[in-house]
Amino acid sequence: MAACSRIGGGGHSMDKSITLPPDEIFRNLENAKRFAIDIGGSLTKLAYYSTVQHKVAKVRSFDHTGKETEDEPLYEISVQEEITARLHFIKFENAYIETCLDFVKDHLVNTETKVIKATGGGAHKFKDLLEKKLKLKVDKEDEMSCLIKGCNFVLKNIPHEAFVYVKHAEPEFRFQTTHPDIFPYLLINIGSGVSIVKVESEDKFERIGGSSIGGGTFWGLGALLTKTKRFDELLQLASRGQHTSVDMLVKDIYGGAYGSLGLTGDLIASSFGKSATADKEFSKEDMAKSLLHMISNDIGQLACLYAKLHNLSRVYFGGFFIRGHPVTMHTITYSINFFTKGEVQALFLRHEGYLGAIGAFLKGAEEDSKFELQGRRLRSVVSVPGADPNQYSWGENYAGSSGLMSVSPDMFPMQRTRSGTLQFDMLEMDRLERQLVNLPLLLDSSSYIPDTMDLTEDAMAREYWLSCFEEALDGVVKRAVASQPDLQDARERAEKFRLKYRHKLQTLRHQPCAYGSLTVRSLLDTREHCLNEFNFPDPYSQIKQRENDLALRYFQKVVRSVEMLNWEDRQFALVKGLLAGNMFDWGAKAVSDVLETDPAFGFDEAKRQLQERPWLVDSYSKWIERLKGPPHKCALFFVDNSGIDIILGVFPLVRELLCRGTEVVLASNSGPALNDVTYNELQILTERIAAMDSVIHSGITKERLILVQSGSSSPCLDLSRLDKGLATLVRERHTDLVVIEGMGRAIHTNYYAVLRCESLKLAVIKNSWLAERLGGKIYSVVFKYEQPSK
Amino acid sequence: MSAFPWFGMDIGGTLVKLVYFEPKDITAEEEQEEVENLKSIRKYLTSNVAYGSTGIRDVHLELKDLTLCGRKGNLHFIRFPTQDMSAFIQMGRDKHFSSLHTTLCATGGGAYKFEPDFREMADLQLLKLDELDCLIKGVLYIDSVKFNGHSECYYFENPTDPVQCQKKPYNLENPYPLLLVNIGSGVSILAVYSKDNYKRVTGTSLGGGTFLGLCCLLTGCSTFEEALEMATRGESTTVDKLVRDIYGGDYERFGLPGWAVASSFGNMMCKEKRESICKEDLARATLVTITNNIGSITRMCALNENIDRVVFVGNFLRINTLSMKLLAYAMDYWSKGQLKALFLEHEGYFGSVGALLELLNPT
Repeated sequence: MAACSRIGGGGHSMDKSITLPPDEIFRNLENAKRFAIDIGGSLTKLAYYSTVQHKVAKVRSFDHTGKETEDEPLYEISVQEEITARLHFIKFENAYIETCLDFVKDHLVNTETKVIKATGGGAHKFKDLLEKKLKLKVDKEDEMSCLIKGCNFVLKNIPHEAFVYVKHAEPEFRFQTTHPDIFPYLLINIGSGVSIVKVESEDKFERIGGSSIGGGTFWGLGALLTKTKRFDELLQLASRGQHTSVDMLVKDIYGGAYGSLGLTGDLIASSFGKSATADKEFSKEDMAKSLLHMISNDIGQLACLYAKLHNLSRVYFGGFFIRGHPVTMHTITYSINFFTKGEVQALFLRHEGYLGAIGAFLKGAEEDSKFELQGRRLRSVVSVPGADPNQYSWGENYAGSSGLMSVSPDMFPMQRTRSGTLQFDMLEMDRLERQLVNLPLLLDSSSYIPDTMDLTEDAMAREYWLSCFEEALDGVVKRAVASQPDLQDARERAEKFRLKYRHKLQTLRHQPCAYGSLTVRSLLDTREHCLNEFNFPDPYSQIKQRENDLALRYFQKVVRSVEMLNWEDRQFALVKGLLAGNMFDWGAKAVSDVLETDPAFGFDEAKRQLQERPWLVDSYSKWIERLKGPPHKCALFFVDNSGIDIILGVFPLVRELLCRGTEVVLASNSGPALNDVTYNELQILTERIAAMDSVIHSGITKERLILVQSGSSSPCLDLSRLDKGLATLVRERHTDLVVIEGMGRAIHTNYYAVLRCESLKLAVIKNSWLAERLGGKIYSVVFKYEQPSK
Repeated sequence: MSAFPWFGMDIGGTLVKLVYFEPKDITAEEEQEEVENLKSIRKYLTSNVAYGSTGIRDVHLELKDLTLCGRKGNLHFIRFPTQDMSAFIQMGRDKHFSSLHTTLCATGGGAYKFEPDFREMADLQLLKLDELDCLIKGVLYIDSVKFNGHSECYYFENPTDPVQCQKKPYNLENPYPLLLVNIGSGVSILAVYSKDNYKRVTGTSLGGGTFLGLCCLLTGCSTFEEALEMATRGESTTVDKLVRDIYGGDYERFGLPGWAVASSFGNMMCKEKRESICKEDLARATLVTITNNIGSITRMCALNENIDRVVFVGNFLRINTLSMKLLAYAMDYWSKGQLKALFLEHEGYFGSVGALLELLNPT
């Protein structure tokens, strides 16, 4: 390993084996406040809250009272500093605790912090060290309540937190979609002993049972039997052993199966039963394996008995016995399957190791916010920088998090040798501006999966998309640099972005499950997170501005040309216009190449390029039949791109819907992603369109056309994580039609989403690989109109 | 009526349990007709208390003056290790058992495993019987005939008080519903609703075989008696991590008393502690671990099946008052007095009794 690396200005050196600059590990310490620590038997987890200064692109409408000139842009783009909240969680081996604390102390600027919340078995042991090093008062918190709090938090905020483990399957991890409704569940925490906790709500949980046969038994008894000291080594021994030489199986007693009871011959009748009768020696591996089976089976059996008694089907496993070890996940899974005949699945958590630290942190935050609230009442101070995190929605930051269980030594040896940060594992969570909830119109929110394709299951698709994103990287870097012509460090930052994103792609190639299910959406979102990380908040802002500007000029002409047509032709022209508009997409590589080289590629040209009917997916006739009937009450429209798409494609259709007597809710992204139109931009555009169109104008003034933000900053759409305001509005307006437009929202995601009401999903496939996969060619059209089954 | 000799056999994973009915009302005429073979078997079994180096007759369990199928006699209880099965079969051949024209009723897994050996080596045809059927039949029968005038079933009064804890007879006249926990090498848990309505609820592989197996590996002992004797002298709290070792006392938030075991063998994670304990402590900890685990699985089954009486049987409990008291304690304490742990004097012999009954009254 390389020699000591110097860290920051503090002059402390970390352990020799740490080669990465630690500012990549303990990030944003300058603004850090409210610390929490969870010290376990071998790993320490540090948590803190920090504010991150971000550049965000803001658009602001010019004052239009004055005269307008042709050259003046539609609106003004400014890059502003915005402060967002972020939670940092860092996991490292206890051996580094002292060096890490020194580093934290040296970089801690914030002096308001007086207390550190501590939990875990080691909290007591390290109390003095913590107080001495950090000069913070150690405030101990109950381990179990921290664990539950943390568990609730990750289940609510990280969509692919829980997974089922399937040994030898491709992939081995089957991620579960978790939903806001996470209760009730059973948490089986396998530490040195076992605790079985029933969690019924945010504040209500009960330890309904436990067992003394746990990880400590495996470790302690294993050490006695095999003279092997380390837990990890014992697991490795076990994974090489054969339990059948030590255990007495059903066939050892019966000669075969015990058929009348359905007990197979290979079933263990008596653990260690053979070591009682023979004088022979047993290998360490075999004894370790037998012990592992004995303990896993026993825990699985108890878990099932408790699940049955309390009628619970969601059972999560955690604790150091489990923590990312494939061997124990497999034996526990096997046991649960056996005892429940497959009725209950053993669930594991990606961030299981962080639960205690997250919980301890949240406890501190809750206390602070109570205190701040009291303070506000007394002094009417209006400053609650980091109120109770439970009141917000949070999202995993893919740029700052290291991914699935990279600490486990037997898990990803590849990554451990490749990465320099092997002793450190990070999780970062961003506070989202808006609280996110389910779309109330989902037919079954518990079975809803946003993503159409799981790339962890489909190796060919994975290979294609990873390469596709890698190839597109040059263009993205170029675009990022071009978006900030006045900033000197733009190139340098763009290169850093390139490195980071490329590294993420490489990681995903080796461990597709590193961040939950691998999907086109997660690849896109990771790219957005990485761009933001290096202060490229909105690389397409100028392009969007220019295109919006251009498209606005043609709006009236397009509307007039459509109005001239008879009803039937008009409906078709509107749909065609919408589809043609959707071809203008910088997200699709094929199109962005054309847009970059041939700006004259116009709206009419796009219409000509469109596939002729019958389309690849074509329920247009059904749609027209429906339009001949009574108007919809209210349509919820998830829009896609800026420019021609929104202005010349979407708005004319919106206009038609309004004229039919249908109210329209336009849902756009809260934050920027590619050239997707943002809520702010759409407000300005609508205002401008209203100024030249009486239908839109009256729609706005009569509140029959409403703009809402989706709560998302992704080119894709997760209908289970939408802005609360949007959900409320959908309910109030009795929405009976949902229109989803574009590849990201209607193809990569939601293609199979089933709604309670009518839905229209439409997109142009601007990717030849995907088009071929779907059985078509590039620029094929998907027009999927569905009615709920009666 | 089946011809003599009357045997019932239960061939388990570790032990073979044999019951033999010795008729005491043999008439002179019968005596005349009794073949030499039969006589010699009767004499051999009843005049010895040990057979070969490993066979043992549990004299203290003998049921005297029993009337069975109209015959009066004594019921003898004999056991030997399953690994000596071939010697036993050999003996059957040497004594020309096959000439007696009796059916040999056998239950337990070994009835299946050793059937070909019986046939090929001793020309004996086994009547194989289901072990759980036999077990329940045996329990109900022995309880009904009483133990030489005493109660077969008993419990421990004041199980949570070591000083006041006392063995007391229990009347099992109306036994249903009943949870029957059979602790042999492994453990089977049955819910019994009537004479012939029962189901196997679950089982665990952590049973008597695990206790002995682990003890042999950890202490170098080789017999159950040895292991148990060590356990009696040992102290498990040096090996186990208790709640108070972690929390300094009770874990009040969850109602866990400080003396409860938090992690079995948990102290053995630490090298210094591994070096400071003795074999007796390890034997004791193994016993406590296995017993408590059976207790907690049993308790969960009782709750799930809504049954409040549990009868523990099986040879793990032989000469093992330690485990019985632990079980009685665990049932009582964790159920807050709702669950009663019951025990039977003939611990591990019910399967073989059931097999014998099947010989006499075939269903």
